[in-house]
Amino acid sequence: MIKARKLVHEYIRRDEEGNVESITTALDHIDLDVKPGEFIAILGHNGSGKSTLAKHINALLTASEGSLVVDGKDVSVEENIFPVRQSAGMVFQNPDNQIIASVVEEDVGFGPENIGVPTGEIWQRVEESLRAVGMLKYRSHSPNKLSGGQKQRVAIAGVMAMQPRCIVLDEPTAMLDPDGRKDVIRTAHELNRKAGVTILLITHYMEEVVDADRVFVMDRGKVVMQGTPREIFSQVGKLREYRLDVPQITILADMLRQSGVDVPLGVLRREELVDAILKAAQI
Amino acid sequence: MLRDITLGQYYPADSVIHKLDPRVKLFGTLIYIISLFCFRGIAALLLATAFLVGVIKGSKVPFRFMVKGLKAILILMLITAVFNLFLTPGEPLFSFWVLKVTWEGIKNAALMAIRLTYLILGTSIMTLTTTPNQLTDGLEKSLMPFSRIGVPVHAIAMMMSIALRFIPILIEETDKIMKAQMARGADFESGNLLKKVKSMIPLLVPLFVSAFRRADDLAMAMEARCYNGGQGRTKMKPLRYERRDRLAYVTVLVYLVLILLCRTFLRWPM
Amino acid sequence: MQMIENSSILLDKVNYVYSEETAYQIQALKDISLEIRAGQFIGIIGHTGSGKSTLIQHLNGLIRATSGAIYFHGQDIYDDDFDLRELRNRVGLVFQYPEHQLFETTIFDDVCFGPKNQGLTSEEAGLRAFEALRNVGFPEELYYQSPFDLSGGQKRRVAIAGVLAMKPEVLILDEPTAGLDPAGRDEILDLIARMHRERGITVILVSHSMEDVARYVQRIIVMNHGEVMFDDTPRNVFAHYKELEKIGLAAPQVTYLMHELKERGLSVNTEATTVEEARASLVEALTGVGAESRDFYTGE
Repeated sequence: MIKARKLVHEYIRRDEEGNVESITTALDHIDLDVKPGEFIAILGHNGSGKSTLAKHINALLTASEGSLVVDGKDVSVEENIFPVRQSAGMVFQNPDNQIIASVVEEDVGFGPENIGVPTGEIWQRVEESLRAVGMLKYRSHSPNKLSGGQKQRVAIAGVMAMQPRCIVLDEPTAMLDPDGRKDVIRTAHELNRKAGVTILLITHYMEEVVDADRVFVMDRGKVVMQGTPREIFSQVGKLREYRLDVPQITILADMLRQSGVDVPLGVLRREELVDAILKAAQI
Repeated sequence: MLRDITLGQYYPADSVIHKLDPRVKLFGTLIYIISLFCFRGIAALLLATAFLVGVIKGSKVPFRFMVKGLKAILILMLITAVFNLFLTPGEPLFSFWVLKVTWEGIKNAALMAIRLTYLILGTSIMTLTTTPNQLTDGLEKSLMPFSRIGVPVHAIAMMMSIALRFIPILIEETDKIMKAQMARGADFESGNLLKKVKSMIPLLVPLFVSAFRRADDLAMAMEARCYNGGQGRTKMKPLRYERRDRLAYVTVLVYLVLILLCRTFLRWPM
Repeated sequence: MQMIENSSILLDKVNYVYSEETAYQIQALKDISLEIRAGQFIGIIGHTGSGKSTLIQHLNGLIRATSGAIYFHGQDIYDDDFDLRELRNRVGLVFQYPEHQLFETTIFDDVCFGPKNQGLTSEEAGLRAFEALRNVGFPEELYYQSPFDLSGGQKRRVAIAGVLAMKPEVLILDEPTAGLDPAGRDEILDLIARMHRERGITVILVSHSMEDVARYVQRIIVMNHGEVMFDDTPRNVFAHYKELEKIGLAAPQVTYLMHELKERGLSVNTEATTVEEARASLVEALTGVGAESRDFYTGE
């Protein structure tokens, strides 16, 4: 689905005369392989390069070096830009700044309109997409009256209506309250499971990646860790080094291990820890 | 305070007026405005009133809701009325100091007040029953002939619809920034004009910064959804005339003809 | 620092109704009575729309209550001769996303804005700005740069310094960590805790994260539908974890864990709210030896 080889992105700042003032390497030789239908999470703190990577997948940025192929299409080829954007949809962080229309259904129809879908089919797609994210009953509402989580689900529907094979969610929950966060993450999982859409979830909340198939951790433009959530969560010390927020349960499990209690490595969920502790206590 | 402005808001309801093609509504509003400024005589006034009342009733927008929008222009109306009252030349009815009130003045003031009220009500009924997107669609389609001579009609329409989407957001943001600066001791009320203008800087700079940031984000979000100008776009809600639209056109034209007839034959008492 | 036990802000049956006498009428606050004592560190928790943001804007007079009274050091703030600007000088309010209010050409000037509005001279305001920026740990070499070139976390620090420079005795922060990454969040929270500890200012922290709040505050006020639902120590509030769950607020993860273990027969301390407390109690329960609670955990 996505194949990156030695992808480099440099932000070059120039002074008034056009001389190079500074170069920031946002992506530093990234290799990435994502299979169709996978749910991938990319973790990293602000400035780790994860958002830059997301924009490459959607052909919003072009690489300084290296290659990137999305859904069999080379992103660096000019003619591929629109096909790539259609097969890899994108949801951004700020829910207000990505809704274009003043009515929910019209916003969801915006993408299909742009790619020239016939009217009758647009209606069908809008309805299906809104139903898939559970926002169908709000179809004639104004986005201004919705909560943050609802707005993000509308944004996801807007991407779904373009029938992408992959959706990149760039910190979709950073500005939401806990309820909204849960709704958005659940919606992403549902689309992945039911519609088979490949999902790339970019976040800095570790508890959101527990159910992902694979996790990548980025730091200073590099992929520094990758593996299943369990493999990642078992390296608490390293995660903290990368300024990530390890869930309380994982930290507690790690502490208990160090105090000599026999609990497994990389505990993800509360129930797991309860069982492990009870087993250790022989109850 | 800023939220009281109803002009430009949409009032969702299921009515004939809501269902009309936006082009009809644009045309109708234009004709109605023209009629307001060329009518003469009581008969025409009654006709214009009846037409307005009919449309408001047909739109299912509560009258109370519409009147709220008038409050915002009350001052403007008072000023116009006062100017007309005192500055219209003619036979003075009574006078005090340098001001004299004439019969013509009273007539003009009343007429001006009525015209302005009807104008606001007439245009707000259009915005209240038409979503901003329909409105811009209507404008885009009506103005399409101009794109042949190089007018970027699609871009203008897109800009308008985005502006309409972001106005409420920016109003809310203004409110928020104002409060935040007040919490830092800013004073937006007292002082002379110069001081007042200066005191707006802490409000305006953040507002512009935020507007630019939003514009940037939005442009990227639109690109990500394959937006590439007006070419090759289809419409989710294409404009197509129905029977009711043709009927509405006829009604509006009949109304205009009647107003013009009144102007020629029933000018009493103006 | 000695705790001065006097009430600094008192709310008596405060009600607030939005868009009164219209179809959209909403009662945002219902009969709120509260006492904020000087020197306290308080957390206000509630989900979106619970009235928490409306409540804090009453405390410095930005919103006027529909009914009820608010007293600041015993004075009714709605009295005609009460100076609301003076109240705003002494009760500092940091809004959500405070970096959106930055407007000056340099960081230093921006921090001076508040003190200057208080009527201080340029020199005095400058001194205040220096002190505030130093207090938030802002690097000195950046003082005269444009605030718009900073990162999100740095901007937020400047904005908080802007309020601190006014030397408020009460500091209210509306979700000061929203949108920050974990590192940025911890920095801001530590900064606030230090302000409270070292300067003795009263701090009111509005948040929807129980875990953030549990680490720092002495008292939690839980808001729901415009009413105060709980007002107690974190320990006592989290004991109601089942009720909290019903209104969409979760207690810290360890609270759930400890309760579940207890229900299933392991004798542990269900009052533990932080990871450190939980570890101490668990180690004791499992090994029978009291482990000393470590204050600092490095994750190694």
